[in-house]
Amino acid sequence: MSRPARIRLAAAGVILAGFAALALQVGAGRSTTAQAGAAADPALIDRGRYLAEAADCAACHTAPGGGPIYAGGRAFKLPFGTMYSTNITADAATGIGGWSDDDFVNALQHGVGKGGRHLYPSMPYTSYTGMSRSDALAIKAYLFSLRPLHAPARPSTFPFPFNQRWGMAVWNALFLKDRRFEADPALTAQQNRGAYLATALGHCGECHTPRNVAFGLERGRQFAGAVLQGWRAYNITADKAYGVGAWSDRQLADYLRTGHGDGRGSASGPMGEAVAYSLRHLSPEDSSALIAYLRTVKPQPGAAGTEANLAPPAAVAATAWAPAADEKSPGLGKHIFEGACSSCHQWNGQGQQNAYAALIGAQSVNDPAGLNVVQTVLHGVKLPLGDGAAFMPAFGSGYSDAEVAAVANYVIGRFGGKAGKVTPAAVYKAREAG
Amino acid sequence: MITVNINGQDQALDVEPDTPLLWALRDVVGLTGTKFGCGIAQCGACTVHVDGQAMRSCVLPVSAIGGRSVTTIEAVGKSPAGQKVQQAWLDIEVVQCGYCQSGQIMSAAALIQHIPNPSDADIDAAMSGNICRCGTYARVREAIKLAATGHCAASRTIPVGPPPTPPADGEKAA
Amino acid sequence: MSAPANTRRELLLAGGFTLAFALVRGGRAEAMVSPIPQAGDPAAAKADGNPAFAPNAFIRIDRTGPVRLVMANVEMGQGIYTGEATLLAEELDVGLDQVTLEHAPPNDALYAMPLLGQQATGGSTSTRAAWKVLQQAGAVGRAMLVGAAAKRWNVDPGACTVERGVVTHTGSGRKASYGELAADAARQPVPTDFKLKDPKDFKLIGKPFRRLDTAGKVDGSTIYGIDVRVPGMKIAAVEICPVWGGKLRAVDDSAARAIPGVRDVIRMDDAVAVTGDHFWAAKKGVEALKIDWDLGPHTDFTTDGLAKGLEAASRSGTPIVARAIGDQNRAGHTLEAVYQVPMLAHAPMEPLNAVVQVRPDACEIWVGTQVPVRCVAAAAKLTGLPAEKIIVHNQYLGGGFGRRLEEDSVARAVQIAKQVAYPVKMIFTREQDIRHDIPRPIYFDRIAAEVDGDGYPVAWRDRVTSPSVMRRWVPQGLRKDGLDSDTVEGSAEPPYDLPNLRVEWVPHDMPNGMPIGWWRGVGPTHNLFKVEGFIDELAHAAKKDPVAYRRHLLKTNTRALGVLNLAADKMGWSGPQVGPRIGRGCAVAFCFGSYVCAMTEVEVSPTGEVTLRRSVTAVDSGTVINPNTIEAQIQGGLVFGWTAALYSELTYKDGAAEQGNFNDYRMMRMNEVPPLEVHLVQSAEGPGGIGEVGTAIAAPALANAVFAATGVRLRRLPIDRRLLVEGRTRNSIPAVAPLAALALAAVAGADATERDEALVGDDA
Ligand code: FES
Ligand code: FES
Repeated sequence: MSRPARIRLAAAGVILAGFAALALQVGAGRSTTAQAGAAADPALIDRGRYLAEAADCAACHTAPGGGPIYAGGRAFKLPFGTMYSTNITADAATGIGGWSDDDFVNALQHGVGKGGRHLYPSMPYTSYTGMSRSDALAIKAYLFSLRPLHAPARPSTFPFPFNQRWGMAVWNALFLKDRRFEADPALTAQQNRGAYLATALGHCGECHTPRNVAFGLERGRQFAGAVLQGWRAYNITADKAYGVGAWSDRQLADYLRTGHGDGRGSASGPMGEAVAYSLRHLSPEDSSALIAYLRTVKPQPGAAGTEANLAPPAAVAATAWAPAADEKSPGLGKHIFEGACSSCHQWNGQGQQNAYAALIGAQSVNDPAGLNVVQTVLHGVKLPLGDGAAFMPAFGSGYSDAEVAAVANYVIGRFGGKAGKVTPAAVYKAREAG
Repeated sequence: MITVNINGQDQALDVEPDTPLLWALRDVVGLTGTKFGCGIAQCGACTVHVDGQAMRSCVLPVSAIGGRSVTTIEAVGKSPAGQKVQQAWLDIEVVQCGYCQSGQIMSAAALIQHIPNPSDADIDAAMSGNICRCGTYARVREAIKLAATGHCAASRTIPVGPPPTPPADGEKAA
Repeated sequence: MSAPANTRRELLLAGGFTLAFALVRGGRAEAMVSPIPQAGDPAAAKADGNPAFAPNAFIRIDRTGPVRLVMANVEMGQGIYTGEATLLAEELDVGLDQVTLEHAPPNDALYAMPLLGQQATGGSTSTRAAWKVLQQAGAVGRAMLVGAAAKRWNVDPGACTVERGVVTHTGSGRKASYGELAADAARQPVPTDFKLKDPKDFKLIGKPFRRLDTAGKVDGSTIYGIDVRVPGMKIAAVEICPVWGGKLRAVDDSAARAIPGVRDVIRMDDAVAVTGDHFWAAKKGVEALKIDWDLGPHTDFTTDGLAKGLEAASRSGTPIVARAIGDQNRAGHTLEAVYQVPMLAHAPMEPLNAVVQVRPDACEIWVGTQVPVRCVAAAAKLTGLPAEKIIVHNQYLGGGFGRRLEEDSVARAVQIAKQVAYPVKMIFTREQDIRHDIPRPIYFDRIAAEVDGDGYPVAWRDRVTSPSVMRRWVPQGLRKDGLDSDTVEGSAEPPYDLPNLRVEWVPHDMPNGMPIGWWRGVGPTHNLFKVEGFIDELAHAAKKDPVAYRRHLLKTNTRALGVLNLAADKMGWSGPQVGPRIGRGCAVAFCFGSYVCAMTEVEVSPTGEVTLRRSVTAVDSGTVINPNTIEAQIQGGLVFGWTAALYSELTYKDGAAEQGNFNDYRMMRMNEVPPLEVHLVQSAEGPGGIGEVGTAIAAPALANAVFAATGVRLRRLPIDRRLLVEGRTRNSIPAVAPLAALALAAVAGADATERDEALVGDDA
């Protein structure tokens, strides 16, 4: 599971929705005024690098498996075909070397590339639209400071009509709120900085905000959590039971910096990648700002029964090396857990060898549907976090659907104190989604 | 330089902080009794004790050990639990190729240390993370019981030594 | 011993070579190679060591020391050191503790075992090959030593007794130790007429002595190949092209070289290695390489494609008849089925490795191998050095299972060491070990029988289709007509009374030319699954109890009947099904010179999970040298076989192996293993092999038990648990073309599925 995949489904919906619109409103490409790029000064390039990381450009614009950074080529598999991210190095022929400042800003803010070609919304321009021109240009300066790489874009395999990019204009007209970020006078400067990071640069809402039927973000339910590609992006509102309202600043800061908050579990899947490639690079000030802002996000309730249980009875009764003596659960889930899982996660869920193995307090084990538990078991974790330590093997091909379901339910019961509802059929579906 | 207490001695290790303890032990300190089997915490061959807890050294970065003390197979026999386990392993002859057995013994010694008279369920809980490709599982189970209680269902071997002695405790050899 | 099996074994033996191992002293293992290397080969010097008395290739007695046994087999967990020492010590009348084991230096002419010539360790041959030789060697030695004493005292040798290596003249009470007599003994004539002990006088044979190699394995001091340390040595990790036949085009090593502890990056035709101060640095270095592979011509190789190819070959290929007796086309009601088993990795617990130093004048190799001389040959070829300049120091093996009958890891390490000035220890990660295994091949077997009115077979036809291990490993071992006897071992000579039988093999080479290899249990592992599964099918179709059915067919085979009855008795066999979704399975075989019957009781959950509840195995392996070892080998062999039956399949996609470690190439764990009862039949026959018997018999007993529990006939391994989900009634098994038609060279249509399913029966 790759992080950019998180927006695959959204992109697919968006494209479909675009073509479903009856009104033939062909949005004109915005006119651009070519300008010579500003002479790059090192401070600007530095700022640009920082912002590019905060906006996580590399995650999508780099082919997996060690492809050259920003040269594109990452595949986005959509139901009707595959598209590939593009080369955003300054190569004139195959990259964005020939783009003016306006071209670049236009792409970020309006989803329209050089020459008026509409981008597909796999590119999160509905969030980037909030980015300031100066930040956008700093990113451009940074990209232009790197060695240009010759890497022709791979054509998408979309059939007609999905290869008709003008369809995006329709969708944009309906759902793209073309507006720069504006500070909220009710918030402090720090909170506003956090808001800018969360909504424009970091595009958190692309995953964490539920979408409406036309795949536009539901603004009224900002950060209430959503499901994408078989992973659950959790509620990150200030709600104490369902969101991150009860997390300490320390837990949040650690989570953003390392992918793990003591007592709150660890990031894996798309969020793990977001931490690894973007969030952990935030400056301490920006990280604090982001946290300060999240504290102000309107609490949104979650489904009853998904509250984090910080003291699940079975785990509390256990020691690190054994379940409580009176525990009777000779079932399949326990059977698998004791063989493949317990040597890292331990019977009390505290985790050993590295902190990432701790399960108590993780939102994933408190979700009775177990979406992320299943995904993690199937696909494992391998992230450059900590001392080479954020690693879990993928068990998908060695274990049956029934076994994965059983161990997921066992983990949810043991470490979330809830009755897991994972079925073999759900695991089968998750395999397909992953 | 990272200093780690191994088998009672402080060892200064000139390795990167992400280096798993396993490779520091084997390739830097020269303690090769701890084995490499998978590198992903799935086989248990690399099990050591860290402050008495059985841990997989292949996924334990040396930087995570801190002030805790590490015990390996080379020194586990100094603890009463370790000594009993090793003796039981000999008495009913658990080992075949032997490669997994350092890890089996470390897991078993930690188990007996914490649960002096483990049930079958306890043994499953503590030992199922240790793979043995030679299939010695049945005897591992019996040896743990022997170490814990002095009794087990398996038949004893006759130690090779001058002069050959009959089996201990009047138990019949098969 | 069946004729084809015999051929294979003999060649297996002939294909192997002299060995060299760790020494065992007084029950303590000691590395043959000390951590400090010395000039020349210290072990070889030691072994020769100018003994006072060396009556034959195996015995060395010094004036001062214990008896040294020059060993001809390698210890990989099977207890062979102890077994062979027991045989020798018994006839020599010394204590087991008085025997020290040594390796034979690499000199085939001098150290080849008289009965066998050269030797490898494998095929469960060691004890069978060695027992008479070692007993005779001991008896000869004893006669000469006693003769020396008798001469010294001028008494009748018959008036002397020997106890723990001390000769006593009963009348006078005079005593002399073997050491004291050694020099005189050397001048005694070698007796041609000597008597072996009567089994009732055995003091050592048949008793559960503790193994000699155990102590070092419980305190971490035993040195395996992976543990060898040589001064100045660096450690290498390697990445081999994922597709067989691919080549290295280019590699960008800048990131790798920047990693602290990384030393060199070594390019090979089809691989890249990184050496470092320790394995972690080397491994990280390999991970940081940007490798550009030319994946070569075999990127379209898949196991699915291979299976289809086998099926087609089994239909239209030209079979070689392995054995045909009687009238195989006797009329009767025809039953037939297709059995399939997958490619398998060996995955010994100790990943493959080798330590190699290449100097201008010599090449030294430290490795745990089943085939030291193949290693020598590989190194000689790669270095251009003559064979005598290649020194192999053999080490304990952390499991072999056939994987260490290959020398590829040594060749790889030589390729690396050739390019650097220091000794290199190359270690495969588990992923490289599995992805670049030399796997057990896939088999596609059609089997058919005509049965009489009582449901007993009157004709039996079995067609194996598979690649051949022998063609590469011991081409000289193929029968004149090209038969690879391994492919039909366990199938050409079933233990049953089958007077009309035809067993044939259709060769089908690996389409990508990839090497395939021996795997614990070899031919019988796949053939017994089929033969014993099919016998079960016939019993079921005849509405007879599977044990009673087998008894009827084994009427004249006393030893086979003996193990069947013993197992049934110990199991308390009362019929195949003993509860809801709980069933018992049985399998009988004669393989590796031993008779075995395994009975397994399983419970299958509604979701299709199989739990083993009980296992009872009866074995008649002739004379028992060490019952404890036999029990261990059967127990371990069963677990090895069950693991494969439950979980193992090595699959290839886009030319590359899809599995890599224990998360996706799964192993049976402690909480899955039932109590393992092993019962031995007392017998005076020559000892049979035991190391592979349990593995070969495991799957059929298990599959038959699953059938009893669920009514689902498993004809394909590994077990597909989706077929066992409660409520599923039909087998999803590929269509079978009628073999009867095939035997008559008429290719019939492929619509025999219904017919196939008719065998399954839905009334179970
Ligand atoms: S090597 Fe550490 S668990 Fe396998
Ligand atoms: S004894 Fe060989 S792997 Fe366990």
